[in-house]
Amino acid sequence: MFFWKLISISIRSQMQYSASFLTLCLAHFLATSAYILGVWALFDRFHMVKGWTFYEVCLIYGIVNIGYGIAESFARGFENFSRTLIQGDFDRILLRPVRPLIQMATHDVQLMRLSRALQGGLVLAWSLSHFSFSMFSIQTLVIVFSIIGTASLFYGLLIIQAAISFWTIETLEIMSITTYGGLQAGQYPMSIYDRPFRLIFTILIPLSCVAYYPVAILLRHESIPIGWAVIAPLSGLIFLYLACRLWNFGARHYLSTGS
Amino acid sequence: MNGYWAIFQMRIKVLFQYRAAAVAAMMAQLFWGILMTMIFRAFFSSTSNPEPITLSQSITFIWLGQALLQLLPWTIDRELEAQIKNGNVVYELVRPLDLYALWFVRSMSLRIIPTLMRCVPIFLVAGLFFDLEPPVSWGAGGIFCLSIICAVFLSSAITTLVLISLFWTLSGEGIQRLLPHLSLFLSGVSLPLPLFPQWMQLFLSIQPFRGIMDIPCRFYTGVIPVAHAWKYIGFQLFWIAILVWFGQFLMKRATHRFVIQGG
Repeated sequence: MFFWKLISISIRSQMQYSASFLTLCLAHFLATSAYILGVWALFDRFHMVKGWTFYEVCLIYGIVNIGYGIAESFARGFENFSRTLIQGDFDRILLRPVRPLIQMATHDVQLMRLSRALQGGLVLAWSLSHFSFSMFSIQTLVIVFSIIGTASLFYGLLIIQAAISFWTIETLEIMSITTYGGLQAGQYPMSIYDRPFRLIFTILIPLSCVAYYPVAILLRHESIPIGWAVIAPLSGLIFLYLACRLWNFGARHYLSTGS
Repeated sequence: MNGYWAIFQMRIKVLFQYRAAAVAAMMAQLFWGILMTMIFRAFFSSTSNPEPITLSQSITFIWLGQALLQLLPWTIDRELEAQIKNGNVVYELVRPLDLYALWFVRSMSLRIIPTLMRCVPIFLVAGLFFDLEPPVSWGAGGIFCLSIICAVFLSSAITTLVLISLFWTLSGEGIQRLLPHLSLFLSGVSLPLPLFPQWMQLFLSIQPFRGIMDIPCRFYTGVIPVAHAWKYIGFQLFWIAILVWFGQFLMKRATHRFVIQGG
């Protein structure tokens, strides 16, 4: 399978400069950790928000950050996609006997960015230590599904952002509101936001389905049967599938910009 | 003096080129401001205790932070960074200008232009639709403006200092990655400093980043009465003096160490 081979090449190339790699990891870890401090400071002062305590919110925060960290690690190719198009490099990618989408996903895998996922993982682990979930239970299943759903959703958004470049050539910077803005918004329980805002992040971008609802159902903040907590994160996978379809559609109708 | 002025004007023209990017970034800032407004509403609604600042003051803090976001010392001049790395900085030494002053002026233009471009639209939109309140009094507004001017100098002094540190670290990848987050937090843009826990307040109140956003915001919202303004303006001037002195000291050390390679 080309996928793993391309990833391992990409990772090995970064490991050539191991000191620089470790510095970057540490910096990224500290930088992303700063945000949990902000959440903590607010809870230290106000104790609760709409019935949610700090460690409950940390569960959502952890899931969203792990998901985003995983997604952005494999997104470098999509982030720079507009440059790839402008310089005509996409023609070269089309010539290779590997699916373009896989080539983009494995291009320059940013292992360093997984330090955000590590940070989210630590917050999640700390939060879980306050609950008495057993290892093999529906709760664990919901959290794992939720992480997979969140990673898929953010990855889908990054792919859509790149796919739009097929038509606009330039990157639509405005899309970062959905990716990075989604990350910011998703760190708190969705129930604290205004209704129009909630609807956008539930129906248009199913962010609350992948992270908020599963956790809220587990912790009984929403009175919905627990089965839904397992099903809701699947919307992230559907979103990712549709994003890939859009990208492939764009790729089929691609006209080279090169000369 | 004319030399510095000419360079300042040149940089302004270059930086005004990037308008489309500025519009996209402004939308992202509006999004963030609205998000924080909703988060603060939720938190303040779940308490009845008196807090160090009120809900409307917190919201005004957030919007001022977004309007003046570009004042933060979170980027350095890419061209100057390249000059240090490829050694072209030696040509700069040949010019009859003081290198520290030259870099300081360039850093200032890097702060002022993006701020000017973005502050007016965000002030207008947030003021009209999203609860950014006007200054509590004419006096507070005046002191706020004075304090912002100090903030420009303070931020430029920090930017220049980071730039000079590249003479030693060269890549500076770590510090450049941390700097935005550090300045967002310590200046109070991410979360107004008065809302941090009590035991952190002493540290937060003496560090220089505070002078870039927290002090002007406190004047604007009336958290600090105009009568006490001189103490806080003095705080800003004190840090400007220290950082400029330290920057010049490091610059002197660096330029004495130069080894110019090649013919």
